Amino acid sequence: MSKNAIIAGLVVFVIAALFPFWFNIGGTNAAPEIELSAKAKAAKKCVLDKYDMRANHMTILDDWRDSVVRDSDRMYKSTNGKEFEMSLSTGENSCLGCHTDKEKFCDRCHNYASVAPYCWECHTDPKEVTQ
Amino acid sequence: MKKSRKSFLKKSRRSFLKAAGISAVAIGAAPAIKAVAVASGGGSASSIPVVSPKAEALTAKRWGMVIDTSKITDEVVEGVTAACRNAHNIPDFTIEPDAEKYPNTRPAKKMQEIKWIWEEHYQYAFPEMEDEFLAEKYKSLPFLVTCNHCKNAPCVQACPTKATFKREDGIVIMDFHRCIGCRFCMAACPYGSRSFNFRDSRPFIEKINPEFPVRSKGVVEKCNLCAERLAKGEQPACVEASEGAIVVGDLENPESEVRVLLNENYAIRRKQELGTEPSVYYIM
Repeated sequence: MSKNAIIAGLVVFVIAALFPFWFNIGGTNAAPEIELSAKAKAAKKCVLDKYDMRANHMTILDDWRDSVVRDSDRMYKSTNGKEFEMSLSTGENSCLGCHTDKEKFCDRCHNYASVAPYCWECHTDPKEVTQ
Repeated sequence: MKKSRKSFLKKSRRSFLKAAGISAVAIGAAPAIKAVAVASGGGSASSIPVVSPKAEALTAKRWGMVIDTSKITDEVVEGVTAACRNAHNIPDFTIEPDAEKYPNTRPAKKMQEIKWIWEEHYQYAFPEMEDEFLAEKYKSLPFLVTCNHCKNAPCVQACPTKATFKREDGIVIMDFHRCIGCRFCMAACPYGSRSFNFRDSRPFIEKINPEFPVRSKGVVEKCNLCAERLAKGEQPACVEASEGAIVVGDLENPESEVRVLLNENYAIRRKQELGTEPSVYYIM
């Protein structure tokens, strides 16, 4: 009798423990594809290499912020020789200047990864603003 | 085999110290050698990223402002404050928010204000200088007041997070990211030059300027002497709109326009007796 109870309990436990796996079977939870804007595709080189950028863009933005606000150094010459304006959204040479579609470039991944950076509480998407 | 092992172990103290010393020097010199290699490497692609100001940036040892009170008229005041408002996305709580874009916006208290540069009467701008028989004209003249970018800024000392700080070129500026909204700086500033964002300001900005961010709720803000425009080689927005009434320049340079003006005219500063050393002068 107790054997059955134990097995039943184990089954319930395993099912419960594997909830995230079976719940998402068949769902559309594939990682989102990042769509590069035509301009970004044409430029080929970003500030860092693709994978470095993926892993470290938040650190870079943090460094840029200090550099711009504290030292008023606003230009960044990358190790690949390209120059960028250290700005999220102002000017052609800023992040959004090249990656023109914030929805497809920033938000998709952030939403998928369930991170909510508060950049856009203050910074503005030029496309949104000029509408 | 046995013998060689023994001789290895029998290394004298002298030779051990020699080897250790040489290794220490080598380790110590490595970064220096690397730095030299980078510096002489030059070229377009260096191994570390390089940050620099823009080539066209305006620079000064200590930025200061001179306001010619005789040239300030009501039109100039209007033009200057509007230019500043547009340049920095300063909300105007007297306007009705766009109901379509910002539905369910709580109505604003009309007395609420965000002030960067604003009009003030003489008796409030210079309360300690209210002479008994002050020339009549000063009683009605509009004065423009703003952040004084003090040499000895009390707000900088009050800020617990270093969100407010003094740049090397004398501009007292805020890093909005770091502001925790404690408002110590507002209590410390004797000029009332700082304002607090009690609410999201977006609905009350008539037209958002994409060149400058807006502010989030819970952040203090103030005049930044248009640091973002100086960095692009442009004069501050108020100077451009002032029709010559406001001049901004280097106070430490005797040949600069501001110093020439100060040399030729009698100028006063606000609440000088407090020892904050304001960098904004008023030509009387």
